[in-house]
Amino acid sequence: MIALEPWLRARRSAGRKLLVAYVMGGMCEDWVESVQAIAAAGADAVEIGIPFSDPMMDGPVIQQAGVHALDRGATPAQVIDDVAAAKLEVPVAVMTYYNIVFRAGHRRMAKSLRAAGIGAAIVPDLPLEELGQWAEAADAAEVATVLLVAPSTPPARVRRICARSRGFVYAVARMGVTGERETLGHETTDVVRRVQEVTDAPVCVGVGVSTPAQARAACEVADGVIVGSALVRRLLEGGGPDAAAEFVGELREALDVG
Amino acid sequence: MGPPDARGWFGDFGGRFVPEALVPACIELEEAFDAAWADPGFHAELDALLCDYGGRPTPLTECLRLSGELGVRVLLKREDLVHAGSHKLNNVVGQALLTRRMGKRRLVAETGAGQHGVATATAAALFGLECTVYMGELDVARQALNVFRMELLGAEVRPVTSGSRTLKDAVNEALRDWVATVDHTHYCLGSVMGPHPFPYMVRELQRVVGVEAREQCRALLGGDPDVVVACVGGGSNAAGTFAGFADTSARLVGVEAAGGAAASDGIPGVLHGMRSLLLQDEAGQILEAESISAGLDYPGIGPEHASLAASGRAHYEKATDAEVLDAFRLLARTEGILPALEPAHALAWVVREAGRSVPSGSTVLVTLSGRGDKDVAQVRELLAENREAR
Repeated sequence: MIALEPWLRARRSAGRKLLVAYVMGGMCEDWVESVQAIAAAGADAVEIGIPFSDPMMDGPVIQQAGVHALDRGATPAQVIDDVAAAKLEVPVAVMTYYNIVFRAGHRRMAKSLRAAGIGAAIVPDLPLEELGQWAEAADAAEVATVLLVAPSTPPARVRRICARSRGFVYAVARMGVTGERETLGHETTDVVRRVQEVTDAPVCVGVGVSTPAQARAACEVADGVIVGSALVRRLLEGGGPDAAAEFVGELREALDVG
Repeated sequence: MGPPDARGWFGDFGGRFVPEALVPACIELEEAFDAAWADPGFHAELDALLCDYGGRPTPLTECLRLSGELGVRVLLKREDLVHAGSHKLNNVVGQALLTRRMGKRRLVAETGAGQHGVATATAAALFGLECTVYMGELDVARQALNVFRMELLGAEVRPVTSGSRTLKDAVNEALRDWVATVDHTHYCLGSVMGPHPFPYMVRELQRVVGVEAREQCRALLGGDPDVVVACVGGGSNAAGTFAGFADTSARLVGVEAAGGAAASDGIPGVLHGMRSLLLQDEAGQILEAESISAGLDYPGIGPEHASLAASGRAHYEKATDAEVLDAFRLLARTEGILPALEPAHALAWVVREAGRSVPSGSTVLVTLSGRGDKDVAQVRELLAENREAR
């Protein structure tokens, strides 16, 4: 297993902007190959969605990918096994909703992630106040729990979230669900700066980052970006590993030139 | 039935499982509600609206002919006579007042059968608030008349095409809207579900049903009824009713649709911001509830109901679609009252259990949570189908 935070810190120290690429586990026949291609094309880490029937943080594209995955029979166990078998050479985080974790059992889920070489988890409907049981199990299994800071999060809370986040801090670019946006507003810069005031952990911006130009703009202040819907849409359109790798290559180039 | 703990838990159920972006809004709402609920001025304003606009107090009707048929004494708490046709108005008027106190200008709501959507649209019109109602595409088709009513009241109805296209998906869409609009929008949740403080707040706003009914029962009977029955989807009319009787010796019964009986068939899980009993599969995917009543097609129940079930203070039973249709017709024929299909579940249980687990001669209070006008067309079709099937 590659531990997420040291890996990202080392790359940041080397002057590199960080690219985290999201794919919904099980969404299409060649999703594993697509993830491998994404890693080879310059993603610094990959985030794998475990589909949930009621993804309330997700916009239409990720929702559709989740429906495809569930229709194809994807289960949490199968997605985790497939990730293990993919032998990725970058760190992996899973993103799912809390009921999937709760149903499996906190310790069982944490152990199965660890056994699959998955070193981090993002559970967006599990806020700080309810984090306890999962965080304990995840820490014991050395699975980093990445927490989110939103534009609406007040300063004292930003401090508490950043103190508890592991791997990196996920700065939510704007109020809303996942999905492609025309522009990133000033609230993106604001939220990143507020996080940076209280932590030296890597800060990555997600939710609405959809183009190479936006990724570069976000990285003028942030350490990196998380790109989901724009990539998943290409896979939904049948682009497969080639289209995924090409898009990730464009993002990489924009960040490296930045 | 008291408040939950500081984090919104009723025993092992409740809590606040929402994305970080919504946590500050939930805290703001909690503080606004606590302040309002401790403010006699807020209660005076709310009570005046419920009286002068809503038509409260609602009567307690003794069903002489139905009682004669069943051999048990049936009393109806007549929430069908509240303005806009159901108990939902009690909740939305309170939340609209809070919306104004919080300085917000827009309401979003989910609706199943359309009763909560109509109530929210009604309150929005009364308070001059913008209003968007999310409704599953299947329910839009089943409840076309209610959609038109909401539109007449100035609300925008957005059909939801994701997932099972019913109530649970309407909640998802309303939450997604709220994440993006929370600076000026209040999510006017219709039942005792969702993240803290909604389950507690909605129960308190519906408490008036139980408090009135208890006083009316005491005036009529000189004591409490033996059994108190209400239907349960999310469970708001049941929670409000039970709140008036939890400290009496009355047997409390919640009746769910057999095709969506989370209290009976569910297992603990987390959905829509709460830990409760949910219909779900081995992996934790939420299952679709299915009944003739759009208002009860929800795969969970409010967390306080899960807690009442666990403690044994309340019991949760099921009624089948066929039993519900029979009860609907029975009340119409014997009492001249068309119940909504939702409370027809509560009646169906009474009809089935009269002379069995409800001994002859018992006194039974049933909350008639809404009127059946909205369901007449659907009942007509169902009865026609049944005739053809025979």
